[in-house]
Amino acid sequence: MTCYLFDGTMDGLLTAVFDAFALHEQPDELLTAGDELPLFCDRTHQVTSDEEKAGRVWTGLEKRLPPEALRLISVSWLSELKELNTPLFQYICKVFRQSAGAPSIERNFSDPDVLTVTNIARRVLHEQLRMKQFIRFQKAKDGTYLGVVSPDHNVLPIVINHFCDRFNDQPWLIYDAGRHYGYYYDGSAAPIRITFEEESAVPFNLENGRLNDEALSSDDQLMQELWRTYFKAICIKERMNPRKQLSDMPRRYWKYMTEKQTR
Amino acid sequence: MEKLRILAESAKYDVSCSSSGTVRSGKKGMVGSTVGGLGICHSFADDGRCIALLKVMLTNYCMYDCAYCINRRSNDIRRATLSVSELEEITMEFYRRNYIEGLFLSSGVVRNPDYTMERLAAIARDLRTVHRFNGYIHLKSIPGCSQELLNEAGRYADRMSVNIEIPNEESLKMLAPEKDHQSVFQPMRLIQQGVLENKEDRRRMHHVPRFVPAGQSTQMIVGATKETDRDILQMSSALYGQPTMRRVYYSGYVSVNTTDPRLPVLKQPPLVRENRLYQADWLLRFYHFKVDEIVDEKHANLDLEIDPKLAWALRHPEAFPVDINTADYEMLLRVPGLGTKSAWLIINSRRFGRLNSYDLKKMGVVMKKAKYFITCHELTSSPATFLTSVNELSPERLRPLLVSKAQQKRAAEEQQLKLDFG
Repeated sequence: MTCYLFDGTMDGLLTAVFDAFALHEQPDELLTAGDELPLFCDRTHQVTSDEEKAGRVWTGLEKRLPPEALRLISVSWLSELKELNTPLFQYICKVFRQSAGAPSIERNFSDPDVLTVTNIARRVLHEQLRMKQFIRFQKAKDGTYLGVVSPDHNVLPIVINHFCDRFNDQPWLIYDAGRHYGYYYDGSAAPIRITFEEESAVPFNLENGRLNDEALSSDDQLMQELWRTYFKAICIKERMNPRKQLSDMPRRYWKYMTEKQTR
Repeated sequence: MEKLRILAESAKYDVSCSSSGTVRSGKKGMVGSTVGGLGICHSFADDGRCIALLKVMLTNYCMYDCAYCINRRSNDIRRATLSVSELEEITMEFYRRNYIEGLFLSSGVVRNPDYTMERLAAIARDLRTVHRFNGYIHLKSIPGCSQELLNEAGRYADRMSVNIEIPNEESLKMLAPEKDHQSVFQPMRLIQQGVLENKEDRRRMHHVPRFVPAGQSTQMIVGATKETDRDILQMSSALYGQPTMRRVYYSGYVSVNTTDPRLPVLKQPPLVRENRLYQADWLLRFYHFKVDEIVDEKHANLDLEIDPKLAWALRHPEAFPVDINTADYEMLLRVPGLGTKSAWLIINSRRFGRLNSYDLKKMGVVMKKAKYFITCHELTSSPATFLTSVNELSPERLRPLLVSKAQQKRAAEEQQLKLDFG
């Protein structure tokens, strides 16, 4: 059994594919440095990430796969899941091993690797939708709208386009409290990625995403209260169904949501 | 704040909330966008229903006295009216905080239909032109208002709706003496006419603004009158035949007016029946079923214990088993346990080789149901994967295997309630 070890980056994974073909090998597993080796591992190979090799593999993929499939691969990578590494690696290898003219493999869902990658990508896309649903903005004194989240997967890069399109005339900041970065949009230019040097000094609470009182704009408290009132009023008591609520709006998102916070 | 609470409580029995059907990307200088496809639900209330739009009434004063409605004239409830500017401000502020997708505006009828409709249209126009609002607007059209006002409203709204409420005209007259079907279908026809004319115009000139781009929807109350599911579904099917009708909603009747002798007193709304109706609705819209296949004279009501697709399959054992590797898409859709998603996965994957039951399971097919209705022509030795067909077992013996205890209990509870009071 052959195992490849890589540094956990996308470039590293693509370089691993390059190495596998250069060495005429078919490794069984792709592991990151900290992982425990399987019991019957008799050969390991340390992959050194190389941008040029990775680039060549990606160009090759572009020739062999339709754009939707490539997008799905990039999306699945945002999941940051360890269990994605080996299936994605095998999937890419299989794409290159296919003979020319055969129907391309990305829709063969009876292949376990293709199915795993597709399912993981679908999970990421689902969470992306949830961000569009559940991000709540608060208005700060200077007119900036702040939304704090901490998604399971690293989905901010694929949701900010939606927010740019929708709120194109108001400055906003969406911050990922779990990954310690965010995007700031000033109301006109393209959004920029930001990180805070000293996170403890930010004017909002990272635990529940609330702006500090002195930074909150004067009418925001009222709007939050109105929204909570509306949220309570719209529910029909005869039809209570907390299970449905939980399955559509899991509890892990609640801490940043205005209507589930109490004042 | 108190006003918002009263008016939201008055509006909550309207089921429609979808924000789908229009794609309008953001424009410079305008706030908002709408996404096509699924739409976005921003929150879910404690009753599990989604909150996508700010669903509110302009006023809950109403001159009508419909027995099923909480806002009827003779009800002693708190009344309120939102001013136009208040409503517009709340909508914009909520929207900017990503609480909502847009506005769902309805109103009680005050003075006369035209007066009410004019105010609804004015709000839609203000939001679009003054506040530069580019999100979703759903307007209720008031039965009996003039065509000019409908046209005016339709230019600014994404979707418009008129509620049928009761599928049978006699029952409607009994519960709502001031309404008849004419007053409901007239605006529906007018909106449709507007949409179709607008399509013609847009073909010739590109800059003509769109008219009700997300079409119409309507709603029927379930369980307040004697209608069977067959009556309801035939009505829906006829409505879906119209080119602009996008959604029919079903609303399990909640006893809001307990003292009215014309209405049944239900302990809880008929939720299982409502769910079955929605399942049947899906079969009509996405699974190529015809209404006569789902309900007929012998089975005028849907089976509460099993879903309508399974019920159809059990009535038609001759159509099964279906061969997963050769059957066409329409036939795959008819297999209980297979949805549009898994049917699509199967169609795509079988070009690469034969599929077996293990593959299906991994793709997410509900094998618990599907295993009696499919065949993969595989040689299996282990009894766990052995596929028994519905014909070997006979439908009567299969049925109890597929009904879970919980389902049985829920259905029985609802039946019992009906017997006690119905």
